[in-house]
Amino acid sequence: MLVLLGLPIVQLLIFGFAITTEVRNANIAILDNSKDEATQNIIGRIESSQYFDIDRTVKSSSEIEKAFKTGKIKLVIAFQPNFQNELAHTNKAQIQIIADGTDPNQATTLTNYVSAIIMDYQSELNQQNSVPYTISTEIRMLYNPELKGAYSSVPGVMGMILLLISAMMTSIAIVKEKELGTMEVLLVSPMKPWLVIISKVVPYFIVSLINVATILLLSVFILGMPIQGSLLLLIAETILYIICSLSLGLFISTVSDTQQAAMLISLIGLMLPVVMLSGYAFPIANMPIVLQIISNLVPAKWYIIITKSVMIKGVGIWGIWKETLIITAMTLFFILLSIKRFKIRLQ
Amino acid sequence: MLTKEIVIKTDKLTKKFGDFIATNEITFEVYKGEIFGFLGANGAGKTTAMKMLIGISKPSYGKAQVAGFDVYKQTEKIKKSIGYMSQKFSLYEDLTIKENIQLFGGIYGLSDKEIELKGTGLINKLNLQNEADKLVSSLPLGWKQKLAFSIAILHDPKIVFLDEPTGGVDPVTRRQFWDMIYEAAHHGITVFVTTHYMDEAEYCDRVSIMVDGVIKALDSPGELKNQHNAKSMEEVFIMLARSAKRGE
Repeated sequence: MLVLLGLPIVQLLIFGFAITTEVRNANIAILDNSKDEATQNIIGRIESSQYFDIDRTVKSSSEIEKAFKTGKIKLVIAFQPNFQNELAHTNKAQIQIIADGTDPNQATTLTNYVSAIIMDYQSELNQQNSVPYTISTEIRMLYNPELKGAYSSVPGVMGMILLLISAMMTSIAIVKEKELGTMEVLLVSPMKPWLVIISKVVPYFIVSLINVATILLLSVFILGMPIQGSLLLLIAETILYIICSLSLGLFISTVSDTQQAAMLISLIGLMLPVVMLSGYAFPIANMPIVLQIISNLVPAKWYIIITKSVMIKGVGIWGIWKETLIITAMTLFFILLSIKRFKIRLQ
Repeated sequence: MLTKEIVIKTDKLTKKFGDFIATNEITFEVYKGEIFGFLGANGAGKTTAMKMLIGISKPSYGKAQVAGFDVYKQTEKIKKSIGYMSQKFSLYEDLTIKENIQLFGGIYGLSDKEIELKGTGLINKLNLQNEADKLVSSLPLGWKQKLAFSIAILHDPKIVFLDEPTGGVDPVTRRQFWDMIYEAAHHGITVFVTTHYMDEAEYCDRVSIMVDGVIKALDSPGELKNQHNAKSMEEVFIMLARSAKRGE
């Protein structure tokens, strides 16, 4: 009942807040070796806009890629050397805008914002001056120069499908045995309880692996999305995520008594947050702080970060150890919680 | 009658859920090869007591031994020595009869050879030769129940626990089911059965009647009827259960 009454409220709030492709407070980095009046002015305008937070400054173009890989930098603004001098003497200067193309929509939105701010500055300059200044912007989409949608949808689909198969199907399968009474018979049998659970979980583990293989093959050969990083690492992280989803399914099966309940909890408790809060469809950075905090509890969020980093950016384990640790901790948490609830049931 | 081998022995076995005492210091013995009826109204504590005996629920206090093994420490050994059939029909409906036999035979550690041999024997005995490769879901309920019982004793357990095995079954099939129980008992398998049907209580060698978590009476049906000056077990049961304070 509570679910039925609460659902529209939750949905409305989440949709109302989360469904906006507008980006706010995106972390960016600045490469400014001129440090003159003009560049400071532009940086000031960017900083004071609500769209960007300057996370760091980098000193050379070789540091740019590092910034993308290690930080949560969405965009780098690189001024050409001797910016103001060039502008004053040749009436021309150049700014390079490098965006993280792993999320094509967000990258386009952000580069548009920056271009607009620079255009504003340029037209203000030209009002005071008879000779027109031209500040040209060169936009580069890092990792995804063609802005292919697949770069963002493949990790998202993987995060979703694996959770759906592993968590929902496992919980339904176990609860079904509870409903039919076969679970009781198995528990009375000499088979160890953990062995019963493992044997329920293994089929879905295998199905998930086959799904991963299919998705990866399709994305490489049909969608033309290369795997930049280590395939082994990607598979290892994916297996970790599948285990996390399976343990989540296990937990759901301990709290629900009917297959319908298991399905409802899986759909509302898992699907909705994955679609809304994993950062796959809607940027997390511009959600209300409450939703941002909640989004940290969604395993898919971390898995999508991992997949993007490994598949698209070619990041190694050192770039994603934090996310890996979080998923591992979540897995352990769900397993321990399930064991605890399972024991209470037996008592 | 003097050298009866004891297969189940409890001493003040108790299970509490918070303040609620589901099973209150029950003490009884069950002998080898007998059919022991475990009666009581709904909520009297039958199922709780049974769960402690089959090793899926830890007692709060008290002692109990099943097939010579302690219910606290040796549940694994108990599980190997018993068979169990729950009130929910509990075979896999989406597997065939043969597959169910293979699955449960395997779970109870029978070898492939034994499974083949006993499985064929079982199918022949139940006259299911033509249905052996059909899904269990296609069988009528009565047949399913007989099959479930046969599978529960496939591994020749010392004791078989039956939790309301004949719920929803017609009288003729119930009678046939009891014939199977007799046969099992005749082969030395102790039968521990809970039931609602008082006519079935008459078939038992001895019965215990639980009221509000306590065993109110324990003896052979004939003896109980004498003691309470009653014509049938139903009268005995109603007399004892009338004092119950717990609702349904």
